[in-house]
Amino acid sequence: MKKLCTYIWMFVITIGITAQKPTPAAKQTKSIRIYNVKIHVGNGTLIQDGEVGFVNGKFDRVNDNSKTHLISNSYDINIDGGGKHLYPGFILTNSTIGLREIDAVRATLDYDEAGDITPEVRAITTYSTDSKIIPTIRFNGVLIAQSTPRYGLISGQSSIVQLDAWNWEDAAIKMEDGLHINWPNRNMMIYPSKSETDDENALRKKRNITIGKIKDIMDRTLTYMKEAQHEVYNGKCEALKGLFTGEKTLYLHVNAEKDIIESVTYFESIGVKKIVLVGAYEAYKIIDFIQQHHLSLMIDRIHELPKTDDEDVKLPYRMAKILWDAGILFTFSHDGDMEVMGSRNLPFNAGTTVAYGLEPEQAVQLITLNAAKILGIDQQLGSIEVGKDATFFISNGDALDMMTNNLALAYINGRQIELKNSQYYLYEMYMGKYGLEVK
Amino acid sequence: MMRKITLLATMILINAPAWMQTNPLIGIKDEKHLVVAFTHATIHESSTKTYSNATLVIKDEKIVDCGEKINIPKEAKVIDCTGKHIYASFIEIWSDYGLNTEEKTKSVDAALYWNDAIKTDFSAYKYYAHQKEPAEKWRKFGIGTMLIHKQDGIMRGSGALVTLADIETGKNIVKDEAAIFCSLEKGSSTQDYPSSLTGVIALIRQFLYDVQWYTAMKGKAEKNISIESYLQLKSIPIVFDINNKADIFRLEKIAKEFDLQFHYMGNGDEYERVDGLTSLSSNVIVPLKFPKPYILNDPYDADIVSLEDMYTWEIAPANLHILDSNAVKYLITTAGNGSPNDFFKSLKKAIQYGLKKEKALYALTEGPARFLKVETELGTLEKGKWANLIITEEELGNEGFCILENWIRGNQYIIERGAEAIDIRGNYTIQSDEGLVNGKNFMIKGKLNSPGGEFFINDTVKTSMEISLDKQLVTASFLLKDIKSFMRISAQVNKDKLWKGIIENQKGEKLAFTATYTSALKEEETKKDKQVVSYAEPRYPNKAYGWKKSQWKEAEVKSYLIKNATVWTNEKDGVLQGYDVVTENGKIKSIGKNLSCTGCKIIDGTGMHLTSGIIDEHSHIAMTRGVNEGGQSSSAEVRMGDVLNAEDINIYRQLSGGVTIAQLLHGSANAIGGQSALIKLRWGKTEDELLFKGAPAFIKFALGENVKQSNWGERHHTRYPQTRMGVEQFYYEMFNRAKEYATKKKTAKDPVRKDLELEILCEILDGKRYITCHSYVQSEINMLMHVADSLGFKVNTFTHILEGYKVADKMKAHGVSASTFADWWAYKFEVYEAIPYNSAILTKVGVNTCVNSDDAEMARRLNHEAAKAVKYGGLSEEEAWKLCTLNPAKMLHIDGQVGSVKEGKDADLVLWSANPLSIYAKVKFTMIDGIIYYSEERDAELQAYNQTEKNRLVQKMMQTIKDGEEGVSPARKQFFLYECETMENHDYELIQIVD
Repeated sequence: MKKLCTYIWMFVITIGITAQKPTPAAKQTKSIRIYNVKIHVGNGTLIQDGEVGFVNGKFDRVNDNSKTHLISNSYDINIDGGGKHLYPGFILTNSTIGLREIDAVRATLDYDEAGDITPEVRAITTYSTDSKIIPTIRFNGVLIAQSTPRYGLISGQSSIVQLDAWNWEDAAIKMEDGLHINWPNRNMMIYPSKSETDDENALRKKRNITIGKIKDIMDRTLTYMKEAQHEVYNGKCEALKGLFTGEKTLYLHVNAEKDIIESVTYFESIGVKKIVLVGAYEAYKIIDFIQQHHLSLMIDRIHELPKTDDEDVKLPYRMAKILWDAGILFTFSHDGDMEVMGSRNLPFNAGTTVAYGLEPEQAVQLITLNAAKILGIDQQLGSIEVGKDATFFISNGDALDMMTNNLALAYINGRQIELKNSQYYLYEMYMGKYGLEVK
Repeated sequence: MMRKITLLATMILINAPAWMQTNPLIGIKDEKHLVVAFTHATIHESSTKTYSNATLVIKDEKIVDCGEKINIPKEAKVIDCTGKHIYASFIEIWSDYGLNTEEKTKSVDAALYWNDAIKTDFSAYKYYAHQKEPAEKWRKFGIGTMLIHKQDGIMRGSGALVTLADIETGKNIVKDEAAIFCSLEKGSSTQDYPSSLTGVIALIRQFLYDVQWYTAMKGKAEKNISIESYLQLKSIPIVFDINNKADIFRLEKIAKEFDLQFHYMGNGDEYERVDGLTSLSSNVIVPLKFPKPYILNDPYDADIVSLEDMYTWEIAPANLHILDSNAVKYLITTAGNGSPNDFFKSLKKAIQYGLKKEKALYALTEGPARFLKVETELGTLEKGKWANLIITEEELGNEGFCILENWIRGNQYIIERGAEAIDIRGNYTIQSDEGLVNGKNFMIKGKLNSPGGEFFINDTVKTSMEISLDKQLVTASFLLKDIKSFMRISAQVNKDKLWKGIIENQKGEKLAFTATYTSALKEEETKKDKQVVSYAEPRYPNKAYGWKKSQWKEAEVKSYLIKNATVWTNEKDGVLQGYDVVTENGKIKSIGKNLSCTGCKIIDGTGMHLTSGIIDEHSHIAMTRGVNEGGQSSSAEVRMGDVLNAEDINIYRQLSGGVTIAQLLHGSANAIGGQSALIKLRWGKTEDELLFKGAPAFIKFALGENVKQSNWGERHHTRYPQTRMGVEQFYYEMFNRAKEYATKKKTAKDPVRKDLELEILCEILDGKRYITCHSYVQSEINMLMHVADSLGFKVNTFTHILEGYKVADKMKAHGVSASTFADWWAYKFEVYEAIPYNSAILTKVGVNTCVNSDDAEMARRLNHEAAKAVKYGGLSEEEAWKLCTLNPAKMLHIDGQVGSVKEGKDADLVLWSANPLSIYAKVKFTMIDGIIYYSEERDAELQAYNQTEKNRLVQKMMQTIKDGEEGVSPARKQFFLYECETMENHDYELIQIVD
């Protein structure tokens, strides 16, 4: 305990020098061992009395001390975790993080390219490591994110990043992880005009044209792939090829049950290899279909209103339990209003799933190992296991509850990252002005 | 002499003979004089008096006699109406028939009211011209007289009563100005104001106050044609077009304020609020447009139809019956029914659902006549009244009812084949020279005017006959299958249904053909309708989670004892472990250990936490048709209390998050917004019952980006103010104007025009109304406090106030409270320095602080938002909990009554499964005034019941469609609305919802 305190104290000193933006941490040079911690492994298990060791950014030790005791003199630094909670870095999926800063200021928005079909654009080269929002999200335990373009029919390609970097190259875990396709909702006009909202046929017609656009580019991509030599380079087809080779995931944004069946059936029929449903609000009504097609889901944020007056008022809260019991692999995102700045509440959304039926470790798994599996990065991230990246944090209390979520330490690839951020500095500054003490 | 003539003319205007016309007579005079006797008819003289086998005599335009034993004048033309019914022609109240819709352009600078939606200077009779084709269309509905008005604007001017005869326009006008028409829609006016319902209501009130003032000025006021036109119309009925039943109650308040009586053009949903209508003396004009059943063959489709829409489908046809049973005054309009057939089908349905036939007749004839004060001339078939009558087949509301003739002012208009056409339906035997048909039988059945037939080849084999009718001439054809040939008949049919004519066979021979009537059709072949109807008892709101009347009794428990809970008192006692709380008659009676209570309902609180209800200082739920009157920089005159919507499902949803009180605010589109409304979330009660009685008055102000239209787009760069500098000066200007107004009221000799906007600003200056001001950056917060100090008033609350932490000391000095977001930021530039430590810093400096939602979703989790102050800034749990309970109560000045668990305070209590600040806490029940409005158990029951009802209604719709009713594809309403709402729910709440 004392050691941990000392350690944190030292690190407070260093920030004094840091400006408004935390400095990215340097590469791990010394091996570290943290003992006397509760390890929330991320795979659904909890080690009450555990210890971890990591070298060169990777775990080389994860141990349950109540079962076996290991010799500990091989590490450069030993930290007493004081019985606190150790979690894998939480993973934020389907987010416009790094692509937007201030919602109402157009110049800061970079997630929606012109045109309906823009598979060629990719998030990674625009992802801003300098966003002031990012350090505030890390503050609550989110250390990995999927940065995603939005809107149109094919929005573009998302990228997976870690949240402590000098530039986007440093940040990248996967540059082009998948394509985001928005399947038109049969119950909603895409671009409604006043007269058309009343006309069933207009809706259907418009929807068919829209779906036709998606099918057209898919057809052309398949043809393009068969060409021995491309007379004309086509950036859109180039971008889409990966869906058929299995290099890229199809993130299919679709909500209504019939739309899910229709779109999945279509994409499977043309040979798309990996499909993840995003949103999938009504997936719970077609569990059999989801199971038979081995689909994994990225559902909407938990803190949402039900979509109709008739639905269970708590349906979004209960959704996780329903899907878990059906044995479906899923995570949830923070898509929607106050999307990026609000994603620091991701852990508390997980907490709500516990209030509505899940076990605490299952809730942790949703935003760690499940998210990693769905993003295809579970070999490297998502749980506290030997061989995986040392990307984790220690919280003084239960990290899923806002009252007790309070990070003491956080590491990305074994690099101890700065937790304080511009908001914290303003806090200190004004507490100082009023002669109040920051505890 | 001249005067006498004029007087006479007004008295008998409706029966003006030719000598009263001004038009020059060209050619030879040909005045029509006519006496007609309708004999052997069932005559419905009035809704209460019916004669069978009676006679009606008309002379020229008037009825001269009606009854069973009537002498038929010798000169009379006799029309035999055996088997027919005669009614007075209908009077339609709601129409824009005959109006030249392109109003003559009036001078822009004419001395009219400042707002173009006030069109009181419009008089329909001045723009009316008889139009033959539309008149013919309406006559087919049975209508003889119509009240017409121009359907544009809020105050729409006067309507004219006209008849539908093809005579001179001037002669058709019965009454120049029979009613004043109004609505809640701005219409074609291109002015920005009003942009919301709340603005519309304010405009109506201001106009009526201006009328009062204008009268009081006795000609000294500047000329205003709109006001003068309105004044001339006094004493005729005022009819309001409304969007739904709740509008009636909004408008009744205005009626009371100005001692007026309003009548309402309804929507067919009035039954949902029938309890409130019973005591009104207003007439409700009710359309008969009923929703069609949904086609639900696809089980997935059923999910997108709301239970609300299903209930509406089921119960709407009973609307009139329900209104009638509750003594509500109503008239029936054909508006909303596309064709006469559609209208009569609906009328039949309403009668099946319990409406009495005579009541329906009254509402179509006598009712409107009395309403328009023309009952001495119209509405019944009594002697001396106008010869406006319809001759029908079958009784009104029966299967087979149709209009044969419509007589208007003595002019005959044949609708179908006329009254004297022969009903050829029945069984016949043929005598013919054509051996193939001689001695054979046939049957004519179906509708009177479009019958079909069946020819019997032998006792068991039939072939269908095509029949067409033209007065007495009948043509019939049928196929004889065995010889693959058509037989064609043309015959005259006489009164005794004897057919005489020819038949042409396959060889082209024309042979003699007669057929004699042998018997009438059997009962089943006339298809008498004997459907039994049933419908659910309406819930309120009539949708999922609504209450049935009977459920209230169960819920209204006098006294509860909650045992052994952890009680968060918010008082000196702090958090008490293992305490009991007793409620009685809506109040907290006692708090203590091991309390006993006889007759109490006991709730075990072991392991659970009991708190006072959550209070949301900043909410926009439970309101309708616009939360922003953004048309002007100040809209102090608008009241959110005018636009409450008790049926918003978010009331129920927020109860499930422990919210009991919400302050409903105007949006932040302008520097001076509207007056706030404080409600308790009494789900299932009506708008007025939601209001927190005796709550102090508040108004919303706003600063910053929204007010200066920073994010409204390129079009909005001209309204003052466009900078924060301008915002400051705008306040000085408005408050100084208010001060001058107050002085003028005290000193002026002439009556001072009541200005609803300045009245409210005076209330602020007088300390009678508190300000809640939307604000973000420190400069503007500081500025408004300076403005207030220099003008001598206080700002009560800064809401949102995300940079409050920068000026917390100044805020404390001013004595203002802070109502903030827990952790929102970066959604616009002015919140880039917002920090989640705001509420903790403000609290520690000593500013009374709360967390608010401004968001229908987050409002359900205000306990989470409060808990964030423990994480960000380290408030104690008790301090944090007060952020969403006691502190908002204090800033709303209602902490004497709510906000803590204290003996004598309102029993607004929430039981939580765990520490209420924890993410794991769930609401077990939410109680308001000692009544449990939400509980986990009741919610589960309601969900099950919703599902049962939905299943029942799906089956019923399927059956109805199978039985031949036309269906429609499921609506996507719910999804669509949801999206619209999400747009508007954000903090750029200024975005117009009303387009």
